[in-house]
Amino acid sequence: MQIMLNGEATDLAADTLEQALQELDLGKAVVATALNGDFVPARLRSVTALRQGDRIEIVAPMQGG
Amino acid sequence: MTMFYGVEPKSRFLLGTAQYPSPAILSDAVRASQAEIVTVSLRRESAAGRAGQAFWTLIRDLGLRVLPNTAGCHSVKEAVTTAHMAREVFDTPWIKLEVIGEADTLQPDVFGLVEAARILCGEGFEVFPYCTEDLGVAERLVEAGCRVLMPWGAPIGSGLGLNNPFGLRTLRAHFPDIPLVVDAGLGLPSQAAAAMELGYDAILLNTAVAKAGDPVAMALAFAKAIEAGRLAFEAGPMETRDMAAPSTPVLGQAVLA
Repeated sequence: MQIMLNGEATDLAADTLEQALQELDLGKAVVATALNGDFVPARLRSVTALRQGDRIEIVAPMQGG
Repeated sequence: MTMFYGVEPKSRFLLGTAQYPSPAILSDAVRASQAEIVTVSLRRESAAGRAGQAFWTLIRDLGLRVLPNTAGCHSVKEAVTTAHMAREVFDTPWIKLEVIGEADTLQPDVFGLVEAARILCGEGFEVFPYCTEDLGVAERLVEAGCRVLMPWGAPIGSGLGLNNPFGLRTLRAHFPDIPLVVDAGLGLPSQAAAAMELGYDAILLNTAVAKAGDPVAMALAFAKAIEAGRLAFEAGPMETRDMAAPSTPVLGQAVLA
């Protein structure tokens, strides 16, 4: 299905947010996730189902002031 | 000594980690600053670049306390959600809360800031609000649960220094027991010293070091200025006067005319 991943249309086979991270090779990365603008804690990724057109944000530590 | 939510850093210098010429210079500048607290952010991660993973390894190796920010957030919802993500990633209740109100000056949306602070303090966050020197807003932030205030010196990245020394002095007088940090807008170590001479507890800056010709040397210069300014404040500056007062004794001067 097609989802918006960090602002870009992306085709994913994953059914859940956790599977999406694994599919993107970010399964073990230090990241936080949001689905359609709402924070999804790491412990809920495996039970967070994805639907066509969902917006996923995946963020990681970055330089900041 | 200044306490940030029970943490007592030896250094009164909080340093940002953005815009350095290289990761190595960032590390060297942080070490030269002797800062024990560095600010970080959250940004989109791609599997191809994995830039965040490399950065996080670098920061962890420095062994310092991190203060995540909500930079770039223009709404309460964005800031609160970013804080939730930061708490999970960085495993800290600390959050440098920015709710930006205006794009040209990056000045805080103080209404949104107070609302976001109230939500986050209620959820157990330890909030470091990037605010203005407005006393009314500062009162609301303290009422919301903030135990640190971080007024701007000048617009972020401008290097203009202390645009409103009167306002900053008033804020210090009004909140003698709340840790106050001048955050943003400084360009020169003398400006940091001036803020410390006003009795501020600490300085948070980034661009002035990162964009200096030699960031490592500038980090050291700021560290010395912040220490000097604090010492001067503790020493108690002399009172100023309009007319001269000779420092050399007049009594006993030879009559040679």
